[in-house]
Amino acid sequence: MGSMANGDNISGPILAADGRPLRQSLARALRLQKLRALMLIAPLLIFILVTFAAPIADMLFRSVENSIVPDTLPLTVAALEDWDETSGKPPGEEVFAALRQDLLAAVAAKAHTRLGSRLNYEQTGIASLLRKTGRRVKRMNEDGELAVQFANAHKSWSDPETWAVIKRFSGAYTSGYFLNAIDAQLGATGVEARPDNERIYILLFERTLLLSIAITVACLLIGYPVAFLLATLPMRTSNMLMILVLLPFWTSLLVRTSAWKVLLQQQGVINDTLVFVGLVADDARLAMINNQTGTVIAMTHILLPFMILPLYSVMRTIPPSYMRAAKSLGATDWTAFWRVYFPQSVPGIGAGAILVFILAIGYYITPELVGGTSGTFISNRIAYHISSSLNWGLAAALGVILLLVVLVLYWLYDRIIGIDNVKLG
Amino acid sequence: MRLRTFLAAGAVASVAIAGAAQAEDMTIVSWGGAYSASQLNAYHKPYMEMNPGVNIINDESAAEAVAKLRAMAEAGNTTWDVVDVVASDAIRLCDEGLAMEIDPDAMLAAAPDGTPASKDFGEFLVSPCFIPQIVYSTTFGYRTDLVGGTPPEDVCAVFDLENYPGKRSLEKRPINNMEWALMCDGVAKADVYDALATDEGQARAFAKLDTIKDQVVWWSSGADTPQLLADGEVVMGSTYNGRLFKLIEEDKQSVAMLWDGQVFDLDGWIIPANLSDERKKRALHYIYFATDTQRLADQAKYISYGPTRMSSAPLVDKHATLGIDMAPHMPTDPNNMRNTLLYNYEFWADYRDDIDAKFQTWLAK
Repeated sequence: MGSMANGDNISGPILAADGRPLRQSLARALRLQKLRALMLIAPLLIFILVTFAAPIADMLFRSVENSIVPDTLPLTVAALEDWDETSGKPPGEEVFAALRQDLLAAVAAKAHTRLGSRLNYEQTGIASLLRKTGRRVKRMNEDGELAVQFANAHKSWSDPETWAVIKRFSGAYTSGYFLNAIDAQLGATGVEARPDNERIYILLFERTLLLSIAITVACLLIGYPVAFLLATLPMRTSNMLMILVLLPFWTSLLVRTSAWKVLLQQQGVINDTLVFVGLVADDARLAMINNQTGTVIAMTHILLPFMILPLYSVMRTIPPSYMRAAKSLGATDWTAFWRVYFPQSVPGIGAGAILVFILAIGYYITPELVGGTSGTFISNRIAYHISSSLNWGLAAALGVILLLVVLVLYWLYDRIIGIDNVKLG
Repeated sequence: MRLRTFLAAGAVASVAIAGAAQAEDMTIVSWGGAYSASQLNAYHKPYMEMNPGVNIINDESAAEAVAKLRAMAEAGNTTWDVVDVVASDAIRLCDEGLAMEIDPDAMLAAAPDGTPASKDFGEFLVSPCFIPQIVYSTTFGYRTDLVGGTPPEDVCAVFDLENYPGKRSLEKRPINNMEWALMCDGVAKADVYDALATDEGQARAFAKLDTIKDQVVWWSSGADTPQLLADGEVVMGSTYNGRLFKLIEEDKQSVAMLWDGQVFDLDGWIIPANLSDERKKRALHYIYFATDTQRLADQAKYISYGPTRMSSAPLVDKHATLGIDMAPHMPTDPNNMRNTLLYNYEFWADYRDDIDAKFQTWLAK
C-alpha cells in the first residue's frame, strides 16, 4: 500500500488499458467476480435461508411473541391501562364491559380457549376460567352489573391477581418465557425468583454442561489411544479396526441405547457377572443405569466415533519419522510422545472435542432412555414443551439460551485455543 | 405394518400419477403396535371392504399428534384425516382450535335400540371435539414370584417398602402418581383434587412420594413397565392395562394385575379442524362406521380395552386368537372396579403445567 500511495503522489493515478484508474478497474473486476460467485451459490444460499435459517428465526421469535393477548382482548387491554394493580381491588365496570365485548368476539372466533392456554402458563387456572366464562358470556345481560355476572361465572374474576396477570402480559412482546427459562417470573414488584420448588431450568443447564464436559473428556480418554493405534498400525490391520469403530456408528441409536439397558440394568449382564464372580453381593447390585452414570456411559459410546475420526485423520498426517528423530536424539518414549507427537495431534483433539461437546449438549433420546431422573438434559425439557405441553414459547426461550451458551463457549474456545487450530483431517 | 403402509401408499401414489386414481387415501393416525392392529381388524378392514373407494393409510405418530397437528395447521397443510388421541390431548386440541367440533347426535350412529349417541356415550363426551373410543386404565402389575406370601391387594402396597421391598416403576409425570400418593396418605378419594389444588396438598403428595423415591424407576413409554417386570428389574409397576394383559395372557409371564386404584382414562378420535369439505365428509363417514355399537365391541376382541358406548358392553366377546372371555379383563368389569378413579380432565388442564414444573424440580433434586 505504502509504495502505491507514493506512486500516486508522484505521477497521478495509474491507468488501466481502458483509461480508467487501475484501482477502480480492479475493484470493478473483483466486484463482478464476487457477484458471479454469489450467483453460483445463490440456489444453495436461498435454500438454506428458506429451509433452515428462516424456520429457526421464526421458532426463536416465539420466545418473545405475545400478540395473542392484545389481539384477543384489545378493548380490555386498553381499558386496563388506567387500572392500578397495586390497588388490591378488581377493576371497574368499564373494564368488565370491554371484557364482555372482547370475549363475545373471541368466542365467535374460538380464540378464548387459546388465550386461556397462553395465560395458564403464567397463572394456573386461567385455562378453565376462560373456558367456563366463554360458555356463559353470551347469556350475560349488558344492562345488569357485569362485575357481579362475571364473578358468578367464575369467582376468579373478582380476584385482582387475575387482572394483574392479564395486565402484566398484555404487550405484544413478553419477557415471560425467558424469565421462566431462568427460573424467574414477573411478579407484582417486577422480576422475582420463582419459589424454590419450581426452580429447575438453571439446574438442568448446569447439569447439561457438566455432563457434556464429562462425556467429552471420557471420549477423549478412550478415543485418543484408539486413534493412535489406528494411525500407527499398518493399513490392512487399521482398516479392519476402523470397521469396528464404525460398526456401532451404522447401528440404530435406539438399538445401541437399548443394548446398554440390557447390559447395565441391575438384573443385567454386567451385574450378573459381578455377582457370579463374587465382586458384588446379590442384594447390593450396582445402579449403573437410570442415573448420570448411565447417561455418561451410553453417550460416550454413541459419540466416540466423532472423537476418533477427526483424531485419526489428523494423526495419520503426522510423519512417524519425527518420533524416530526425537528418539535418535536421545528422547525417551514418553518425551518423544509428549513433546513431539502430542502437540501435533492437538488440532484433532480440538475438532473432536468441539464435535462431541456440541452434539452432547443437544442430545435428548439417550438421556431420556437411560438417564432416569438425575441424568436428563435441558433438551429433554425442550422436547417436552414442544411435543407435550405445547408451550412453544418456553421451548424457544430455552433453545435460545442453549444456542447462546454454545456460541459463548465457541467464542471462549476461539480466544483460548484458537479456532484455526482445529482440523478435521 | 410400516412396509404394508408404505407399499400401499406407493401403489396409490403411482396409480394417482397415472391419472386413474381408483381409491382415495385417508390417513388415520394412531399409536401403533397391538392397538393399531386391533383398529385395523375391527374398523379399517371391514370399512375398506364396504368402501372400496377408500384406502386407509395407518400413520403411527399419535404420540406426537398434538405438536404435529399444530405444526401442520400453521403450515396450512394438514395431511391427517382422523387422529387417535387421549382425551386430555383432545381437550387441548379443541382449546387451540386445532380439532373440529362434533355434534354427536347428528354425526354419530345411534345405539341399536335407538338411544341417541350423546346418551350412549354419556359422560365420556368430555370435549366438544372428542369422539370416545375406548376406556383404558393405568394400573399396577406385580411379579407374583417376588412379592412374598401375601400378594398385594391394595394400591398402597406401592408405598409399602416394608412388606413389598424392591424397585417399582412409575410414570415420569405427576398425573396419577400424585393422586395415588394422597390416597395412600389418608386423603379420601373424593377430596383428592381439592387437596391437590393447594400448595399444602401438593407438598403432602411429594412427601409421600419421597418415601419411595430412591426405589422408583421412572418410565416414559408404555412398553417400559412390561419390560421391567419381565426382566425382574421391578417388583411392581404402573402401566396401561392392555400392556399388562398382553404380558400376562399372551407372554405368560409370572405377573398379576392389581386392579385396585386403577385410574380410568379415555382414548378416542378427533378430526382436524379446517379440512376440505370433501375430506371432512369422508372422515365423518368413517367415524360414523367405526364408532357404532358393534364396531366398538369388536375392538375388544383384539385388545383388553373397554368400549365407551354403554350399548357395546353386552356385546363384548372372546379374544380373537386366545379364545378367552374378554369381559373379566376389561377395566370396566365390576370385579375390577371396586376402587377406581377417573382422570380429572378439567383439573389437569389447569394444573398440568404448574404441577409438572414442581414434579420435575422434585425429581431433579
